[in-house]
Amino acid sequence: MSEEEVVWVARDYLKCTGCRRCEIACSLHHEGKIWPEASRVRVFMLVPGVEVPHLCAQCYDYPCVASCPVDALSVSKETGAVLVDKEKCIGCNKCIEACPGNVPFLHPADKKAVICDLCGGDPQCAKVCQEAEFNALWKVREPKTGWGSSSRKLFARTPEDVTRDVAANLYGEKAEELT
Amino acid sequence: MPRGYAGKFLEVDLSSEKVKDTTFSEDVLKNYVGGRGLAAKILWDRLGEKWETVDPLGPENIFLALTGPLTAIYPGARVCVSGKSPLSNGIIGSTTSGEFPSELRFAGYDGVIVTGRAKSPVYILVTDDKGEIREASHVWGKEAFETIRMLNNEVREELGRRAPNVGKWREPGMIYCGPAGENRVRTAAVMQKVSHAAGYGGYGAVMGSKNLKAIVAKGRKPMPDVASPGAVQVLWREVDKWLVGRDVFRRWGTGYGGYEVGANMSSEPVRNWQEEWHDEKSFAGPRFDFRYWVKRYWSDFNCATCCMKLAVIKAGPYKGAITDNPDYELEAYLGPNLGVFDPGECIYLSALVDNLGFSGINGPNTFAFAAELYQRGILTRDDLGFDLKWGDARAFEALARKIVRREGIGDVLAEGTYRAALKISETKGVDVTKYAVHVKGVEIGAHGTRSGLDYKPIGYACSVQAGDHTSGVYDAYRDMETVFVDSAVVCSFNTFGATLLWDFYRAVTGWDTTEEEWNRTLGHRITQIQRAALLLGGPDITWDPEVHDDNPPRYYEPLPSGPYKGQTTDRKAFEEMKKHYYEAIGWDERGIPKTEVLEKLGLSDVDRVLNKLRK
Repeated sequence: MSEEEVVWVARDYLKCTGCRRCEIACSLHHEGKIWPEASRVRVFMLVPGVEVPHLCAQCYDYPCVASCPVDALSVSKETGAVLVDKEKCIGCNKCIEACPGNVPFLHPADKKAVICDLCGGDPQCAKVCQEAEFNALWKVREPKTGWGSSSRKLFARTPEDVTRDVAANLYGEKAEELT
Repeated sequence: MPRGYAGKFLEVDLSSEKVKDTTFSEDVLKNYVGGRGLAAKILWDRLGEKWETVDPLGPENIFLALTGPLTAIYPGARVCVSGKSPLSNGIIGSTTSGEFPSELRFAGYDGVIVTGRAKSPVYILVTDDKGEIREASHVWGKEAFETIRMLNNEVREELGRRAPNVGKWREPGMIYCGPAGENRVRTAAVMQKVSHAAGYGGYGAVMGSKNLKAIVAKGRKPMPDVASPGAVQVLWREVDKWLVGRDVFRRWGTGYGGYEVGANMSSEPVRNWQEEWHDEKSFAGPRFDFRYWVKRYWSDFNCATCCMKLAVIKAGPYKGAITDNPDYELEAYLGPNLGVFDPGECIYLSALVDNLGFSGINGPNTFAFAAELYQRGILTRDDLGFDLKWGDARAFEALARKIVRREGIGDVLAEGTYRAALKISETKGVDVTKYAVHVKGVEIGAHGTRSGLDYKPIGYACSVQAGDHTSGVYDAYRDMETVFVDSAVVCSFNTFGATLLWDFYRAVTGWDTTEEEWNRTLGHRITQIQRAALLLGGPDITWDPEVHDDNPPRYYEPLPSGPYKGQTTDRKAFEEMKKHYYEAIGWDERGIPKTEVLEKLGLSDVDRVLNKLRK
């Protein structure tokens, strides 16, 4: 891959079926088990029918990396993913607060930060979503900087925030009383 | 603890407010598996001796919410609820899909066993290796969306307080009862995810009778370990691939059935089964699809099938109605069955029964029964407070609400179709039981027997789950598959025609159980316990198999319309099939399980109790 490109998991919340096979694929890949609470992608369903896959958006300015007091986070040169050094991470919660979407979370067993590593450039979540032809998640390659690169950060939103948009889209006026 | 199991069950006694963990031996689990099978075992062991005296809506009944070893590992996660059924007075295993079963297993539990009755409304919260009883008065009376919104917020806030720095807490999974269940309407379902119901059996009323609004689960642990992890991963992908390839099912779910089953097969309930054929193109699938479906692929945990389609009405008099599909059963039961042929009205009524917490089959069966009595002048405007004409969606809404409030005639109809028929026959002095379309108190699914193209003549009559269309019987061998699916607790839509189910089961559990062994022995054992409980029945009604192992009278009337006009269920064929089925499953000529059969299955305790019926 050229230095100027990054891998990204594009996402269409409106097409998410809520099957959570992305969580199964992710946790099987990283943990060897079906373990959605340790999955780097977590689907929120705060309102029934409104499913929001929540995963790192790889912001161009990486506020999480800057916030880490022990330099446990770094950016992969190959993919642009945020990498967590589990040895260094102290589970302090700073990266979660720094993320505009509060995407990171602490692993339920080791209490260290969990952030999408893009599976080294071959994201398993996008693969199973594509296999099922849902097209809610898919892998793209994008320019590291320049046009479009700042928009990726706009996907770093809280699940509550995205839920309000998707609910309005699906449910119209009714959405207000449901969220 | 064997592989595939989280390892323990949560036992909650609402009367004494005691919560503890319970386990079962490997032998019990290997034989009864989980879900429906284990429910039969638990209920029989604890209540069998005094079965006829147990009031399904009394504190002595047990409410069960059980998963199985395949739940959430095999694609399509469900939970099986059970107890003594307030409709059949037997044991029914009733399943519903959603995220409650997976969350329960992530919390380290395979099931919840609820006894007693709470003094005031409560819910049970299950988190990692912990169960607790919590106050629910503020949620009592709330309909589906509001119940879920309130409990989601409350539980996420509470879990955030307990563990504040782990990141965003996700929503829990939950089963709950609606206002219908709270008011012990016997056709009330245990609900999940707004529109998903464990409908058969009336277990929403059992929850209500216990003052139990919901069981809420949020776990942060992994799925239980399996015996052969590599094999399970390969099998998971293979089953997934097969599910993705079943194109028609994925595209439409069963949501095109409301037209198809009537027009093609003449086996759809039309105006309380007075007809089973219609050719109303206004009710065709694409009219639901392109006008109302806002999400065409909607799913539950670990399912690529997506038979659900999210339907929303965005404008007009029924604005704001939200439901899934409706699937075929609700399309039929809240459509042609009520004389409704407008997709918008059908969606509105489906959303209404979901929100109120009716089983969308059983509840509307009673609505149509009442409408036929109105048509025949037996129930009048004076009885109802309004006219109840076929096709009048607003009148059926009024009726549904009256039943939930148990107001006037609503109080009678809240007892379910058969019990209401007995009561109305008595008060009106005219036999109306012939208009009640049920088998042993359980209103029948939307598949008739008269055209000969859909369900077998004995499908419901000889089933231990009675009117349950997901558990129809045929030869006492092949139909044991449904017993297995409800015991391993996976979705029958993902196992129908599956070739890898048993390999999957063995790879998960490490047991060497074969399909043959299940169909010949293990499934039979569970079925015999269910049969025994069904025949013991009580306390209000008991079934005599010589009378009640039969179809409702309507199924022997000739079809009045359509290409199969004049055809009806063949009584002679029915009797022959019934005789053959009795022999195959080991029941005597009166329909009672034979002593030697029960003893061979290790069920001499069941045999001893059944002696009461053999006199």
